[in-house]
Amino acid sequence: MELIQASFKQVSDAVKTKKISAVEVTKFFMSRAEKLNPQLNAYIAFNTKAMEEAEAVDKKIQQGEAVGPLAGVSFGIKDLLCTRDLRTTAGSKILSNFVPPYDATVVARLKNAGAVVIGKLNLDEFAMGSSNETSFYGNCKNPWNPEYVPGGSSGGSAAAQSARIAMGTIGTDTGGSIRQPSNFCGIVGIKPTYGRVSRYGIVAYASSLDQAGPMVSSVEDAALSLEVICGHDPKDSTTSQQKVPEFSKNLSQNVKGMKIGLLKEYQSGGIHADTAATYQRAVDELKKLGAEVIEVSVPLTEFAVPMYYLIAASEASSNLARYDGVKYGYRSDFKDLSSLSLEDFYSQTRGEGFGKEVKRRIMLGTYCLSSGYYDAYYNKACQVRRLLREQYLDVFKKCDVLLSPVTTTPAFKIGEKSSDPLKMYLNDIFTTSTNLAGLPGMSVPFGFSKEGLPIGVQLTAAHFNEQAALNAAYALESVSGVKERRPNVF
Amino acid sequence: MAETIDQKTIEHIAKLARLKVTADEAVEYGDQLTKVLAHFQQISKINTENIEPLVTPSEIEFYLREDVASAELKTEAMLENAPDKAGNLFKVPPVV
Amino acid sequence: MSSKNTYRGYEAVIGIEVHVQLKTKSKIFCADGTNFDAADNENTSPVSVGMPGTLPVLNKTAVEYSIKTGLALGCQIRNKSIFARKNYFYPDLPKGYQISQYDKPICEHGSVTIVVDKEPKKISITRAHMEEDAGKSTHFGDYTLVNYNRAGIPLLEIVSGPDLSSPKEAAEYARTIRQIVLYLGVNDGNLEEGSLRCDCNVSVKPIGRKELGTKVELKNLNSFRFVEKAVEYEIDRQIDEIESGKKIIQETRLYDPDKNRTFSMRTKEDAQDYRYFPDPDLLPIMVSDADIERIKKTLPELPFDKQKRFKETLNLSEYDAELLTSEKELADYFEELSTASGSPKLAANWVTTEVLREVNTHKINIKQAPVSPAALAALLKQVESGAISGKIAKTVFTEMWTSGKSAEEIIKEKSLAQVSDTSLIEKIIDDILAANKSQVDEYRSGKTKVFGFFVGAAMKATKGQANPDVVNKILKQKLES
Repeated sequence: MELIQASFKQVSDAVKTKKISAVEVTKFFMSRAEKLNPQLNAYIAFNTKAMEEAEAVDKKIQQGEAVGPLAGVSFGIKDLLCTRDLRTTAGSKILSNFVPPYDATVVARLKNAGAVVIGKLNLDEFAMGSSNETSFYGNCKNPWNPEYVPGGSSGGSAAAQSARIAMGTIGTDTGGSIRQPSNFCGIVGIKPTYGRVSRYGIVAYASSLDQAGPMVSSVEDAALSLEVICGHDPKDSTTSQQKVPEFSKNLSQNVKGMKIGLLKEYQSGGIHADTAATYQRAVDELKKLGAEVIEVSVPLTEFAVPMYYLIAASEASSNLARYDGVKYGYRSDFKDLSSLSLEDFYSQTRGEGFGKEVKRRIMLGTYCLSSGYYDAYYNKACQVRRLLREQYLDVFKKCDVLLSPVTTTPAFKIGEKSSDPLKMYLNDIFTTSTNLAGLPGMSVPFGFSKEGLPIGVQLTAAHFNEQAALNAAYALESVSGVKERRPNVF
Repeated sequence: MAETIDQKTIEHIAKLARLKVTADEAVEYGDQLTKVLAHFQQISKINTENIEPLVTPSEIEFYLREDVASAELKTEAMLENAPDKAGNLFKVPPVV
Repeated sequence: MSSKNTYRGYEAVIGIEVHVQLKTKSKIFCADGTNFDAADNENTSPVSVGMPGTLPVLNKTAVEYSIKTGLALGCQIRNKSIFARKNYFYPDLPKGYQISQYDKPICEHGSVTIVVDKEPKKISITRAHMEEDAGKSTHFGDYTLVNYNRAGIPLLEIVSGPDLSSPKEAAEYARTIRQIVLYLGVNDGNLEEGSLRCDCNVSVKPIGRKELGTKVELKNLNSFRFVEKAVEYEIDRQIDEIESGKKIIQETRLYDPDKNRTFSMRTKEDAQDYRYFPDPDLLPIMVSDADIERIKKTLPELPFDKQKRFKETLNLSEYDAELLTSEKELADYFEELSTASGSPKLAANWVTTEVLREVNTHKINIKQAPVSPAALAALLKQVESGAISGKIAKTVFTEMWTSGKSAEEIIKEKSLAQVSDTSLIEKIIDDILAANKSQVDEYRSGKTKVFGFFVGAAMKATKGQANPDVVNKILKQKLES
């Protein structure tokens, strides 16, 4: 078995039947990661206890104890998810020394399923960014071409997965942060329905939009790992109590009769030729496979970016208030507390601890919530959000999944957009409405640009119908013709 | 009609958000936020009369926990990350 | 408006916010304990310290207690109420925001009746909303230390309308709220430990003027006496300011009980902009009509109603009814005794005198009284049947309290039963009359005052056990025959 190409199921079965040990798998990915990370900067930190944890999995198997469906699978975790006794930074200076005494529920569930966490992956600071350039720990590079961004905010996850310096990774998606980097790096990424996956222990960016999900190499792996992390969590009352379907068991490439909606609003203007071509080929392939393709419309998606930034920044301004140098994290180096005003204590600590983009969004959010502006910005955006959701609910009466590009272009160059916030924000045009409406969405690789950069397509389904998106993606994956292509770092 | 976020406004917001901002940064943020908000202003044209704002976007059943007390972690673990402490108390500048 | 509540040509407008700590086992949003005596930061967890990624999960009992209190205050309960974040920075606030309720509180539009100088007055309750408490900062000269044990303790903030018009009314309102939440069992009533905290909003205006004056918020009032004193001082201070041509500044003032004055804490000038918005980590609190009905059924009879019933159907005096309903446990004790003994009046007399005296002497709660209402009823029956005198009964009661024995046992053991046997008493009286001829003559010559002497002698001869009624009757017969 070639570990680099093996599926979660193959590895897990092999580990369970002692054909290979969890320690061997871990060693393989750890040493590969340590070797390749200097050129990619995908990992912020490695788990020094990974080998011990792998040993524990092997020991369980030796003793005949039950192990989960991810036994021995090496996972890299976006450094936005808290890991017990392993530093968690959120890509920020302000958490540069924070060691959580608890695991995020997603991490706990992975471990419980037998996975071994090998390290923490780079990201835009507090998940605020689309290029991984806002990380305090340096920008991560796209394995397909190191001059390009891996996307963001889960850039480290996408880069690590694409370079196979992890068997699987976890990312989070607030406005496209799983789907966009998956698209830029040629991997499969799924953002589940809002409420499917617990947010407990995930450093909050925008609470009503954040969801974690797998960023992996295949639809099969996505289905299996999604199954593991989904489900109600008594520590997060915004998780649904609905039963989690057996996504991996129900996986099917048969899309005959499936209704695929094409959003009218996503057809026009500013789409890169290679992206458009890839998308068109996906439409054609689905038709060939027997799916029914119809055109649908969600007019309010036009306003998704403003809505998204107004809501996300508002929530973030409050979510990030806890980083104040009192209980944990960075505190400005004050010589003398006694003569310090409380306001200076906070302002200096936070002024130094947060990077520019984070401060910009805190300022934007503070403004939108402040007296006199609340109704025009935050509240207005929330009202439009309801209307947007209603339009989506109507559309899903007509079709099972929506197919669209993930972004207007393939990956852009490092530094290309970082100087203009608005330009960067508008990049999220095809991804943000999914989060606003709480829908599941995924990105699946389907082609390449002339420059050799990966291009994926996006599938969006109705609330709690991840299965439809997974099945459509599974069908597309089987005909994509790009599954075997690997970036140059190999 | 988009408003201009001037330096005074930036200073006011920065104070509310407890962020130290230099004069140069205030100008930069002012320009950027003005531009961004001018663009975002477009949502004002959507009619939202009598529309209840939406916060949680999917249908999630209301959930309550039973009133049971339990200690998850030791007190020391709660203070392990503290930048400054005295015994098991967090230490901060004088607040009065 | 009654004319008595005026001050140098002004009248006062007072509204009170009472923060009621709900007596739950765990905090409002996590499983930390709520005991007051916990060691520094012992009752904390990643949630209550506001660690990254942690989330609030609402305590069921906190919601039930809030609804219960709202119903007792005649409030409407919202089927869907919303938690909002109140954003501000302070070291005792671990998340940089307090989870509270803003425009959609769980309870609204209620009222409560207070009685001041025997006159009932209805005070409106604007709203009652749930929120989490903050931690505790202790100040030392050069630094401050923070303890988050209290952070996340559930509070219900009860906000009155500006309907109170005197310091006395203010204190009585606060007392009434305390009495109600104690009756409901949702609060422990301990003011010193901060289980109940009052903030008073006070303003004054010339008599008859419509528009309200600028209000000042008074904090740090940890007894009802301080509420009264502080409001009294504040009314005076505000009138002085206005009279001397100054303007009242909208501000928060702290009461200093040692100096009996208030002093400025912060003005609203450096106004807080709390940036309230719905907390996306918590779903709307859904309460069905069936939930409300179910909780309504668990409501105990409230003090005001109970007092009325005691007066009207049990014929108790105003004083007894008020005293006996002051605490639910006391009222329960009395009612049990009253039913078991079949004599409400006698029961009331006993509880308000003998029982309360012992309770106060031993500084215990009535619930811990070693003499149960049933045991006391047995004693009262002995009095009613004439088996023992009221006076002896008091001795027996004291003995019951200390020994835990029943009335019957004690009476038997100490042979305290009253002698009502006519022939026995007749014989004793004959002996006394024979031995005191001169006094008999005196009586018969019209100096009837000497009657007392014979009674005394008869009681002495029976060691006080003779039934005084029987003694009187026989003596009269013999002397006047």
